[in-house]
Amino acid sequence: MKRIVYREWLIEPERYWGLLAILGGVIAIGGLAALYMEHHGHWVTGMSNSVVWGTPHIFAVFLIIAASGALNVASIGTVFNRTVYKPLGRLSGLLAAALLVGGLLVLVLDLGRPERLIVALTTYNFSSIFSWNIFLYTGFLALVIGYLWTMADRKGQPFNRPIGMFAFLWRLALTTGTGSIFGFLVGRQAYDTAILAPMFVVMSFAYGLAVYMLVLIYSCTADGRPIGPLILRRLKNLLALFIAGILYFTLVYHLTKLYGAKYDAFEHFLLLGGGTYTLVFWLGWIVLGSLAPLGILYHPELSKDRDWVSAACGLIIFGGLAAMYVIIIGSQAYPLEMFPGHRVLEFGAAGDVGGRVASYAPSIPELLLGLGGTAVALFITAVGIRVLQFLPESLADRDVDPHIAAKSA
Amino acid sequence: MKQDHDTIDQGRRALLGAAAVGAAATVGFSSTIVSAEGRKTPVTAEHRWGMLIDTSKCADGCTACVDACELENGLNLQERPHGLSQQKWDDQRSTWIRKVRLQDNLSGQITQLPLMCQHCEKPPCVDVCPTGASFKRADGIVMVDRHICIGCRYCMMACPYKARSFIHEPVEHKFTRAPRGKGCVESCNLCAHRLDHGENNTACAEACAQTGHQAITFGDLNHANGKLRQALKATKNRQIREDLKLNTGVRYAGL
Amino acid sequence: MAKAVVTWGIVSLMLMPLLYGTLAQAEAIGGFVVPTSKAAQLDRCVEPTEAMRRYHMDLIRHQRDTTVYGGIRGTKHSMSGCVDCHAGHDASGEPIPVAAPGQFCQACHHYAAIKLNCFDCHATVPKGEAWNQEPEPTAPEANWMMNLLDLHLPRGRVTP
Ligand code: HEC
Ligand code: HEC
Ligand code: HEC
Repeated sequence: MKRIVYREWLIEPERYWGLLAILGGVIAIGGLAALYMEHHGHWVTGMSNSVVWGTPHIFAVFLIIAASGALNVASIGTVFNRTVYKPLGRLSGLLAAALLVGGLLVLVLDLGRPERLIVALTTYNFSSIFSWNIFLYTGFLALVIGYLWTMADRKGQPFNRPIGMFAFLWRLALTTGTGSIFGFLVGRQAYDTAILAPMFVVMSFAYGLAVYMLVLIYSCTADGRPIGPLILRRLKNLLALFIAGILYFTLVYHLTKLYGAKYDAFEHFLLLGGGTYTLVFWLGWIVLGSLAPLGILYHPELSKDRDWVSAACGLIIFGGLAAMYVIIIGSQAYPLEMFPGHRVLEFGAAGDVGGRVASYAPSIPELLLGLGGTAVALFITAVGIRVLQFLPESLADRDVDPHIAAKSA
Repeated sequence: MKQDHDTIDQGRRALLGAAAVGAAATVGFSSTIVSAEGRKTPVTAEHRWGMLIDTSKCADGCTACVDACELENGLNLQERPHGLSQQKWDDQRSTWIRKVRLQDNLSGQITQLPLMCQHCEKPPCVDVCPTGASFKRADGIVMVDRHICIGCRYCMMACPYKARSFIHEPVEHKFTRAPRGKGCVESCNLCAHRLDHGENNTACAEACAQTGHQAITFGDLNHANGKLRQALKATKNRQIREDLKLNTGVRYAGL
Repeated sequence: MAKAVVTWGIVSLMLMPLLYGTLAQAEAIGGFVVPTSKAAQLDRCVEPTEAMRRYHMDLIRHQRDTTVYGGIRGTKHSMSGCVDCHAGHDASGEPIPVAAPGQFCQACHHYAAIKLNCFDCHATVPKGEAWNQEPEPTAPEANWMMNLLDLHLPRGRVTP
């Protein structure tokens, strides 16, 4: 088999520094937004005592599950021994670490008292899934770094498979853990189901891979590295499979909810009468975020075109954010069902929502904070591939597939 | 010395009702006098504080419990940040107890009740808190240690009663007895400071009794012959979201 | 091993003057008690002054946990106690926040370059200490009188 050669990202300096400057700008603005929220308090955001988690959490959860999904490509190469995926492993590890850092940063900067973060890192409540997630996240970062080392260093080679295997299991736990943050909230109608955890695993596969493919296609195209049709086909087929998986789980989720009679009203809200949430669910999550990319990825012609595949990835990311919006915000906006058989006429002060759908409008600082976190992830990735050998020199068919390589030799 | 305290205390109590506030009364109110000695030993599981709320006695249009709570805990000192709409402020300001009005879907009957932290025996908010700031005191009071609360709001996500509030704005005015500030979560603590000073009632229950409605009975769930247990025995009552099996400390009759 | 001991020994020796410097500084300062506070009328703090200067943070912190978790109140190291006794008063008898520039807690912390966030939440003037009702708003004269009278009344919280 041909040796895979990795090279630093070789785009022109102006372009590289320009990219960093743009990302740096977005990060700076995100940081300022966080400071602004911190200084004034959360009243400047759209969040309230009804909708306690807002736009930052949409971005944070998306980035975190995408991080674990981004590692998928490396896992397939190592754990499932698919040679074609091997050259893709390093970028996969880097992206996973970068996305996780970005997501966690957003989560932390949205805390009411971020200066007390040290408390969160030193005092644990082991019955809290949130606490376990802190371990899962830090462990994940450490594992990914170790994993990258086994991929990059000869001395690490023997550990590649065991660490890869371990990282794979770890990331399943991580996504399940993230899903469980919601899954164990028994008081909330939308979350009170075990299916949320596996659904998050499939979502992580899809969103992580979509982000991965976008980054791969962009960075390879930018400095003229070939991506062969073989790799593109493999990746897009995988992506399409994951999207189908999301659709399947979404269906099961709603069927189980509809089956449990006490959730009828919530289903009605989400699927029919929820206004924005209904719209975002159908248009964002289902049509634009799942069906449209599925159409592109299975289209005999379009699916061969890099630009169309990129567009499909973009749509999937958009759909992912829409899904997070529905899952995180929609289900908080829906009133807690406390008095079955009763209509809530009054619940404290007039605007103190209860028994009615709470309103939530994302505020600009929240949005900027979320984008800032995303920019951090991309910044880390860009610097990483520029200074270290993460990207394979060529992903042309003859360089990645041993069979073709054997034939042409 | 002790005698002194008691007389002063009684003087203060008697004056509470008086409308005229003269110089003498101001002395009675003066801030340094804390009427009873505070606890000297840690709270134990000997007591478990709770309440029975008889919704049939809860009067239409009466907000005595809510007002008393706000006055007690300095929530009446909250100020709407400049530029925030009243509507949004209503959903952002801290609310420890609220008056709820319900209509039965079938009979159309109206029920009123005050709703606050239900002080669960198995509180979901405590289970989810990453730092352990949300905790249950030995005597069953669920509260937040705001010295280690990081403001993640996971407890608010977990609470089935919407009992908790996040402080969205910097707090300018507060009482010594009820510290509170931006970025932490807070909720009803059954007037822990009162109980710790040997008083046997919460501000809301006391206010309700003063109006003559007597809808709130506060007491010790562990005290078999106590007034709360007697009341629970006498009236059919239930927990809100009984299906979650949280074994709440606050029970409702006539719901 | 021996080498490590020597290294640490040298490091500690080098740090000694620094350490001594801070202690000496803490001892040297003083006179922060505000003349218009109750403390100015008394001759001792809740612990020997020397100990207070050095260890008040530990005392308060310990008190904090016993109060929050154990419900133990009104013992002598309580935060509300510090504020009550150490808050100064302006000409009209209104208490001045202890964390205001030049006031007791702030003046010394400023000097020692320490920033506290305790007063984000804790009241900086004795206000609403007793439960149930906020004192009725009173005329300045009455307030002044109240404060005068206060000083001669037995104090529930701090007197042993
Ligand atoms: C009963 C009133 C009283 C209370 C309560 C009280 N103090 Fe004091 N404090 C005093 C007096 C009086 C002095 C001055 C002692 C002296 O002159 O030696 C003093 C002195 C001090 C000093 C030294 C000041 C200096 O200028 O060096 C510190 C520090 C201090 N107190 C901190 C505290 C803290 C912290 C608390 C709360 C735990 C507290 N005090 C509670 C009365 C009080
Ligand atoms: C986020 C708000 C918040 C902050 C910040 C805060 N506290 Fe507290 N503190 C509280 C609350 C709430 C209580 C509980 C009062 C009760 O239960 O009656 C409390 C109680 C205490 C008590 C026991 C009551 C008393 O008056 O003695 C002490 C001591 C205390 N805090 C010390 C501190 C110190 C020292 C700091 C700064 C390092 C601090 N706190 C910062 C909210 C806060
Ligand atoms: C005589 C000077 C002095 C005065 C007066 C003083 N402090 Fe301090 N305080 C210090 C010093 C010095 C430290 C830092 C000690 C250290 O870091 O080891 C400190 C630290 C603290 C801390 C711990 C801060 C942290 O970040 O952990 C608290 C809480 C505190 N002081 C409360 C008070 C309060 C409340 C008052 C007013 C009643 C007060 N202090 C008055 C000198 C003073």
